[in-house]
Amino acid sequence: MSNRKYTKEHEWVEVSGAEATIGISDYAQDQLGDVVYIDLPDVGQDVEKGAEAAVIESVKAASEVYAPASGQVTARNDALDDNPALVNESAEGDGWFYRMTLSDPSQLDDLMDADAYAKFLETLD
Amino acid sequence: MTHERETISGARGLDRDEPLSFEQDSPGRSGVDLPAVPDAPDRLGDLRRKDAIGLPGLAEPQVVRHFVRLSRMNYAIDYGLYPLGSCTMKHNPRLNERLARLPGIGDVHPMQPQSTTQGVLRLMSELAHWLTELTGMATVAMTPGAGAQGEMCGMMAIRAAHEARGEPRKRVLVPESAHGTNPATAAICGYEVDTIPATADGRVDMAAFEAKLGPDVAGLMLTNPNTCGLFERDIIRIAELIHGVGGYFYCDGANFNAIVGKVRPGDLGIDAMHINLHKTFSTPHGGGGPGSGPVVLSEALAPYAPLPKVVQRNGVYELVEQEDGPRVGRMKGFHGQFGMFVRALAYMQSHGRDGLKQVAEDAVLNANYVMAKLQDVLPPAYPGPCMHEVLVSDKGLDGTGVETMDLAKALIDEGYHPMTVYFPLIVHGAMLIEPTETETRQTLDDFIAVMRGLVGQAKAGEAEYFKEAPTMTPRRRLDETLAARKPVLRWVPEAPLADAAE
Repeated sequence: MSNRKYTKEHEWVEVSGAEATIGISDYAQDQLGDVVYIDLPDVGQDVEKGAEAAVIESVKAASEVYAPASGQVTARNDALDDNPALVNESAEGDGWFYRMTLSDPSQLDDLMDADAYAKFLETLD
Repeated sequence: MTHERETISGARGLDRDEPLSFEQDSPGRSGVDLPAVPDAPDRLGDLRRKDAIGLPGLAEPQVVRHFVRLSRMNYAIDYGLYPLGSCTMKHNPRLNERLARLPGIGDVHPMQPQSTTQGVLRLMSELAHWLTELTGMATVAMTPGAGAQGEMCGMMAIRAAHEARGEPRKRVLVPESAHGTNPATAAICGYEVDTIPATADGRVDMAAFEAKLGPDVAGLMLTNPNTCGLFERDIIRIAELIHGVGGYFYCDGANFNAIVGKVRPGDLGIDAMHINLHKTFSTPHGGGGPGSGPVVLSEALAPYAPLPKVVQRNGVYELVEQEDGPRVGRMKGFHGQFGMFVRALAYMQSHGRDGLKQVAEDAVLNANYVMAKLQDVLPPAYPGPCMHEVLVSDKGLDGTGVETMDLAKALIDEGYHPMTVYFPLIVHGAMLIEPTETETRQTLDDFIAVMRGLVGQAKAGEAEYFKEAPTMTPRRRLDETLAARKPVLRWVPEAPLADAAE
């Protein structure tokens, strides 16, 4: 979990080599409740920092998932298509959303590390 | 607690679960004797039926009981309080129904010669007049078939106006406190949706709004009163700002029932607004429909109103179906939901100006009464008086193990249709309660007592019950997650016994 970072919109991103893996935080899955559908970006698709990259639908709500940085999608977690419950079971593990290249890795600099994110969560209701 | 008992039949008192009609199939059984089909050449070509039609064999009393039993599992405004926030489930006066069934009104056909339909054309013209009068707008497009189509019609008029000026635009601003259909409408009209955050008191964040304004903004879609049940107090400033960048102001008029007779949206600077006739003008709702969503337009947008329209020339009413101009295309094949027009006009005329004003006042009073009587156990999400609906968060349930959904399910055991839950999304565990103006104080007191009692039970550690609720219905708690993840959309017969044996 060394370089995992979090956004205020509750996405996590972890860089490994030239690729970053993106998902939603455990807090986010708990707030959403049972996840029933996830619309992931396609491989090859360009995503832009702060713009919608995926949509997640739970029994309570449908929410946008934003790209934490700009780049191109290199892989998507196909397992979520058949088993969206993976996000509830393992949001920060097997329930990852997609992988992407980073056009500007410095875009991740202002994100929170795990400790800062935990403190941020305490400020929420 | 009294002794809970599973019945031998599975029925819960006079209510029972009911299998699908297909599951009751007895092949060959029929309520009617039809003559044998004459031998005739087949002229259907590729459309000819190839498989058996698969209708269940049932006797007439089976069919009648099937639907009566299903109807007993239903909940209706004619049965009890229906506090579904944002939906305005209010009484449908019987006078409306009586007038809609008058000979010459109930049986009128849209293709009748206009010389034989002067009365109904006049009725449409009068309703259109009063809709523009009550909203302070220049004109109204009567045809949209429901609120969402009215929204689309209004946004298409805005798009047409920008295109006519030779400056199509790409962005539409939508506050978080708007109805969910607003961003959907903007998107389907080809716009990029840009969300404006809400302030801590549940209204448009003016600083964020101003920061998003620019020459590419086509307009703003705002719901007022908003979906937190609050009046957008900066609405006049909002209108000035959006007009300042050449944009148009769309207002979702779904909550017009809270301000009808009190405020004219045209005076606030609004350019387009749909009116859900069922919400403000008491036409049937929720399966009793159909919907009807006339959209009123300002002077600036009036030239883009779709046809048809009713005009009066020399004392004769005329339905204008073709006319040159930059108008939005037809929204419907015929002339709108005429049956709903009759009911809405009946409601307007039986109330009068003073009566409609009281409708809004009583709707707001009732919601505030519910809020005041619940606030010590279920605190409102935002401070201050509300409009026609009260929004509470799940703070009152903190630490009980009971969630908003569980409380809603327990309300079913208590004989109520639950309020709206988990909407709007900006409030945690939201419960949105809209009592409407048509409920008596006694009805509200009964509901309040039930809500207070349930919160008390939750706090007394009865979470286990709440997790199982409803327990008194023919069907217990449904697995909504499984239904969403693995929906069964079509009934298929079980494999015949012979196959199963092999």
